[in-house]
Amino acid sequence: MSEQHIAKAFDVDLHELQRMVAEMGGLAEQQIADAVDALGKRDMTLAQQIIDADRDIDAIQREIEEKAILTIARRQPVAVDLREIVAALRVSNDLERIGDLAKNIAKRVLALGREFRYPTVMRGVENMAELVMAALKHVLDAYAQRDSEEALEVWRGDEAIDAVNNSLFRELLTYMMEDPRNITFCTHLLFCAKNIERMGDHATNIAETVHFMVQGQPLIDERPKGDTTSMTNVPFPG
Amino acid sequence: MHDISAIVKETPPATLTNAPPKVTARKVSVFYGQKRALHEVSVDIADRSVTAFIGPSGCGKSTFLRCFNRMNDTIEGSRVEGEILLEGRNIHDPDLDVVELRARVGMVFQKPNPFPKSIFENVAYGPRIHGLARSKAELEEIVMSSLQKAGLIDEVKDRLNEPGTGLSGGQQQRLCIARAIAVSPEVILMDEPCSALDPIATAKIEELIDELRANYTIIIVTHSMQQAARVSQRTAFFHLGNLVEQGPTEAIFTNPSEKRTLDYITGRFG
Repeated sequence: MSEQHIAKAFDVDLHELQRMVAEMGGLAEQQIADAVDALGKRDMTLAQQIIDADRDIDAIQREIEEKAILTIARRQPVAVDLREIVAALRVSNDLERIGDLAKNIAKRVLALGREFRYPTVMRGVENMAELVMAALKHVLDAYAQRDSEEALEVWRGDEAIDAVNNSLFRELLTYMMEDPRNITFCTHLLFCAKNIERMGDHATNIAETVHFMVQGQPLIDERPKGDTTSMTNVPFPG
Repeated sequence: MHDISAIVKETPPATLTNAPPKVTARKVSVFYGQKRALHEVSVDIADRSVTAFIGPSGCGKSTFLRCFNRMNDTIEGSRVEGEILLEGRNIHDPDLDVVELRARVGMVFQKPNPFPKSIFENVAYGPRIHGLARSKAELEEIVMSSLQKAGLIDEVKDRLNEPGTGLSGGQQQRLCIARAIAVSPEVILMDEPCSALDPIATAKIEELIDELRANYTIIIVTHSMQQAARVSQRTAFFHLGNLVEQGPTEAIFTNPSEKRTLDYITGRFG
């Protein structure tokens, strides 16, 4: 909205909400990057920092919630203004979940300790994380710019993330079959991959929210779904 | 401004249901002397529903409301063009009795205006002059049921002979609604009926409006957007004498199609 409200304090409230969501988005992006970094380098110190930093994300989510409720109570917003506030609530929810998933990866880094094999698998995880981080950055830009077209691109791009996740899944199953001693490591990594894939889903949720906020219509198209891991079966050799 | 009226003319007014509209307005213009206050407004008012007219001061919404019972006739130098049909009959038909029209199309004003008479007489006045009651008992029944429908009966049943002006503002307004109902109107026009009332009295009137729409067609002019959103099923937005947009209330308040409507309901211009 280029034009301002007659009540300027209302604009200040809305901008503040938007700023808090952007700040929260920045924190979530950092958490993903750090989590993948900690996983790749087996950095337990960094993992612990990620776990601690999740509190900051939770705190800012509570602030957004309070600010949103107060603004609704005070201004009785309608139409685009109301959607903007609802969008801030929804986006902050997705960002909070992304933060939780990053924290979960960090916990698994601590659980795995030094037990690390197959650096090639790690590259798959890193590759997927890069796609997710790009999607999140893209969709946060779309949120900041109120650009529903850009949001739609992110929404459609989730398929690529699912594809990497599918191949990782198969690869990890194969390692587990090769040697039962791999199972602990591979299972943790499987969950890490799943966490990253879920982050991508939250990015698409945000894309849907941005579209709704701008257009006033929900996205009703069926999103291209590429995650087939729940239907994958790798037969045991022999 | 020309472009807007062109758009509005081309868009056939939609109704809520398939039922024929109770009131139909076609290309209604109102002039006060040389000044044109309303530009070719066309709307259909659905039967037994609440239609809200919103818009900034001077947008023509009250002027338009007053067309429906020919209240503009009483204003010196005013002229109405276009056609208004009440159940298919032109209300400007020279054979039509204006007094009868105003019984069928009742009105409630911004400021409660009870007569300086008793509560009972305030409600009994209309049925009496229209000859609606054949006996005293029948008149009493009309008064009591009107007070009942207006949600006032419990508060006044023990003091029907006290002056109506002694009631609180909210009660006075409900008394005026009872007075309007007493002559069995089909349409009730309300011109900012709550703007002089506190929130509790307002809530009671809104509750009443919601009950009344089962039996009456209600058109309400309000400056409170929240009120329009709460009580109406359809909303029409006016600006500078033009009908800018009309539609289902939920659409107008969630995703209006005209930018001027959006700017107005979100408080971006006055």
